[in-house]
Amino acid sequence: MDVMKAEKVSFGYGSHKILQNLNFEMNNNQVIGLFGDSGSGKSTLCKILTGFITDYEGEVTVNGQKHNGGYNPIQLIYQHPEKVMNPRWKMKDVLEESWMPDEKILNEFGIKKEWFKRYPSELSGGELQRFSILRALNPKTKFIIADEISTMLDAVTQVQIWESLLTVARENNVGVLLVSHDKRLINRISDEMVYLSDITD
Amino acid sequence: MTKTEEKHKKFLNLNLRTKTLLIIGIAFLILFSVFVSNYLIDHTAVLTSNFYNINQPPSFEHWFGTDWMGRDMFMRTLLGLGISIGVGAFASIISTIIAILLGVFSSVNTIVDEAVTAVIDLFGSIPHILLIILVSLAFGGGYYGVVMAVGLTHWTPLARVLRAEIKKINTSEYIKLSTEFGKSKMWIAKKHIFPLIISQIIVGVILMFPHAIMHEASISFLGFGLPAHEPAIGIILSESMKYLSMGYWWLAFYPGLALLFLVLLFDLIGENVHKLLDPQSAQE
Repeated sequence: MDVMKAEKVSFGYGSHKILQNLNFEMNNNQVIGLFGDSGSGKSTLCKILTGFITDYEGEVTVNGQKHNGGYNPIQLIYQHPEKVMNPRWKMKDVLEESWMPDEKILNEFGIKKEWFKRYPSELSGGELQRFSILRALNPKTKFIIADEISTMLDAVTQVQIWESLLTVARENNVGVLLVSHDKRLINRISDEMVYLSDITD
Repeated sequence: MTKTEEKHKKFLNLNLRTKTLLIIGIAFLILFSVFVSNYLIDHTAVLTSNFYNINQPPSFEHWFGTDWMGRDMFMRTLLGLGISIGVGAFASIISTIIAILLGVFSSVNTIVDEAVTAVIDLFGSIPHILLIILVSLAFGGGYYGVVMAVGLTHWTPLARVLRAEIKKINTSEYIKLSTEFGKSKMWIAKKHIFPLIISQIIVGVILMFPHAIMHEASISFLGFGLPAHEPAIGIILSESMKYLSMGYWWLAFYPGLALLFLVLLFDLIGENVHKLLDPQSAQE
C-alpha cells in the first residue's frame, strides 16, 4: 500500500500566510474530497503536494520518500486543461509526453482516434480535460490531485469524466484527492470528506 | 460567365494559404533573380565609361538612362541591389547568431538575464546610424566594415523578442508539467522551446533584411560605407545629388525606387512567412 503524507506544511505568499502547520495523510485505495472556501489555500496545497511550489516548510512524502527528479508519483490535474498543453502540439504528442494508454482505457474515456491529429485549440474543454486526466493516469502515478477539474463542464460531462476517472483509478490502485468547493460533488464521489480548516492550525 | 472571367474568379478563390505561398514564391523569385543576375553581368563591361552616350534619359535601350560617364543605370542599379542583398544576408546572419545566443543565455538565471537586458538597452539607446558609422570605421570600412557594422547593431529587437518568448514558455504550465513527467531540461528545450521559437527566428531574420539594406544604403550615402567605385545604391544616390539640379532626375529616381521595391519585397516575404508559421497572429 502506498501512503502519501504531508507533515507540518506551512506556506505563505510573502508575509501573508496561507497554510499553517498542515498535516494530512491518505493511502492509494482512498478517494478523499477536500473541501475549503474560496481563497482558503486549496489550490496552493495542490501545488505543494505535486511539487509546483518548492519553497514551503515541512515535508511531502510518498512511502516516506521525497520526490526529487524523475517522474512524480503525485500528479496534478488542472482546472484549465488548455494551459497545460503545448498549443503547437497535436493531441497524440500531448498524450504521449506522459504515456500511450491502450484501446480499452481510451474507450473508457470516450476519446476518439481522430482527435489525435488535432491541436488543443481544436477540441472542446471537456475533450481536453479527458486528455489531461488520461495523461495523469500514467502507470507510474500513485496519487492524483484533482483541482476543481470539472467545474467548467456541464453536469452530464462531469458524471462521465468522474466515472471514467474513478474506474481507472480503482483498477490501478491510484489514490484520488479531489479538491472542490462543491460539497454535493464531494459527497457523491468521495469515501470521506476532509475540511481544509480541520487539518491546519 | 465567359472563360476568362471564370479563370479570374478561380484565381481570387485560392485559399489564403495558397495565396500566401504564391506571394512568397514570386517575391523570392524576384530577389533570387536579382542576386543571380549579379554573377551573369560582366562587371567591367558594364562599369566602363562610354562618353558617346552620357546623361541619356530613360529609353528602350537604356531603361534607367545613363549617367555622366555613359554607364547604363539599369545595370548599375542591378549590381547595387545585389550588393545590398549580400550585405543584408551576411549582416542578418551575424545579428541572428548574437540574438539567439543572448536570448538563450538570458534564461540561465536572473543575474545573467539582468545583464542581457542591460546590454540590449545599452545598444538600443545609442543612435543607430552613429553606432553603425563608428563600428564601420573601427573595422576599417569597406564591404567588411559595413557588414560588421550592420550585423553588430541589428540584433537588439530579435534578442528582445527571443528573450521574452523563452521566458514566457519557461513559465508556462505545460513546461512545469513536463518536468513532473520526469522530462529532462534538454528534452524540454528540444521538444517544447525550440519548435516554438524557430518561427520567431525565421521571421526575425527576414524582417531584419530591410533594415540592414536601408542602413547599408544610408551610410554609403553619407560616405562612411562602401568605397566610391562600388555600384552600391547609396553611392549611386549620393553621386546623383550633383546632377539633380541639371534635371537628370532618372539618376536618383529609378535606383531609389528599386531599393524601395527590394525592401518592400523582403517585408512582404517576412509578413507572409509570419502568417504561415503563426496562423493565429493573422487573425489578430
